[in-house]
Amino acid sequence: MNLRRTLLTTRRILQQLRHDPRTIGLLLLVPSALVGLLAWSLTNNPGAFDSIGPKLLGVFPLIVMFLVTSVITLRERSVGTLERLFTLPLTKAEFVAGYAFAFGGVAVIQSFLVSILSYTWYGLAHQGVPWRVSVVALCAGLLGTAFGLALSALAHSEFQAVQFMPAFILPQLLLCGLVIPVGQLPTVLRIVADVMPMTAAMHAIAPLQSNWYYVGQFAIMIAYVLVALVVGATTLRRTTK
Amino acid sequence: MQPTLDVVNLCVKRQHNEILKSISFTAAPGELIGLLGPSGSGKSTLMRSLLGVQAITSGSVQVLQSPPGSPSLRGLIGYMAQNSAIYLDLTVEENLRYFAGVLQHPYSEVTRVKEVVALTSFSNRLVSSLSSGERTRVSLGITLLGSPPVLILDEPTVGLDPILRRDLWRTFEDLAGTGTTVMVSSHVLDEAARCARLLLLRNGSILFDNSPAQLLAVAGATSYDSAFERVIEEAE
Repeated sequence: MNLRRTLLTTRRILQQLRHDPRTIGLLLLVPSALVGLLAWSLTNNPGAFDSIGPKLLGVFPLIVMFLVTSVITLRERSVGTLERLFTLPLTKAEFVAGYAFAFGGVAVIQSFLVSILSYTWYGLAHQGVPWRVSVVALCAGLLGTAFGLALSALAHSEFQAVQFMPAFILPQLLLCGLVIPVGQLPTVLRIVADVMPMTAAMHAIAPLQSNWYYVGQFAIMIAYVLVALVVGATTLRRTTK
Repeated sequence: MQPTLDVVNLCVKRQHNEILKSISFTAAPGELIGLLGPSGSGKSTLMRSLLGVQAITSGSVQVLQSPPGSPSLRGLIGYMAQNSAIYLDLTVEENLRYFAGVLQHPYSEVTRVKEVVALTSFSNRLVSSLSSGERTRVSLGITLLGSPPVLILDEPTVGLDPILRRDLWRTFEDLAGTGTTVMVSSHVLDEAARCARLLLLRNGSILFDNSPAQLLAVAGATSYDSAFERVIEEAE
């Protein structure tokens, strides 16, 4: 894997975003605005935002980044630039890593913004340390990017890619502990929930656990990011049947 | 001299449809080949098979003595697809710079290519604001980066004005003159007659493979259109 070609690809993707200020605005502001809306809606329930807010910090970036990444990579395929790149000395790993860096960077800014706003303006008082919540938000953004890349290889149209969102994300949303604590799920579902990336994000936010517990949860999320990137790189097809 | 393209009994099936039926031909360095045929005749599939982005069912294809799609060939075949395959949300300059960077060519290549396709004054325009003819030129410019020894151009002159078309054909002739193997598909017969060699494709088979003058002589026709019709009728 050549780092120069990877970073050229990252720069090219960021240039594309720069020419599209509306997308930048949506990417950075939507998660922040959603968490703000939640804080506002819970004004009359003291303490409620402090328990739900951090969890959604781990959910919104995942959804936003998943959608954006899967649609934009699919667009490369439909306009033919992916096929052109495959006739050039760019490897699939360089292509995927280029995207991961570009959108990983966006996820960093996005998570930073949503965390800062939560702890200041929205008045979040969480029993955990703020940096841990910020890292969870970042991991969630990276998970969204990595899974978006992996699943866009399976989708044949932008229409299908958008439908992967409810198929892939909503089950996790139902089982990750947001609706009902994971411990109260039927056994089979609990086993499924325990291995899902979004559940790891919820666990990493939970207060009052040992340091090793948190390290373990972050390791699960990073492992999912890496596996999804490898899957994304291997399922890209250079040839059509 | 070793052939640049060496195709033997190439067959391509896609979902039980035979797109290419036992195609064979070779091409030498410096040849300018016009690939002609009605839409659906298999022109694009043949070109994509040479690039290694189309899986082949049987037969053998060698490009510069390597199987298509092998890593050693990447960057040695300039390919221009029918869809422009450029980034609409980048400027002309940013498009060319990215592809030149991936190919590890110096910036002077970007400047040179912009002049060849007459896009120097469009450098900072977003591709999405360009006309389809201008987009085609951006795509062709990317294809010409680094002067690859093989050019596969799928309908490169569609939607261009006659002056630019003439200039581009001169560019193709010049490139062939310097030893580049150029294969250009077209459905404009008079234009393709500038090629020293014509391949006529219909329903996935080669009906004719010789010079334009020979096409007129064989068909006993005075125009290329009627010659093409005559060759097709005889084949049926």
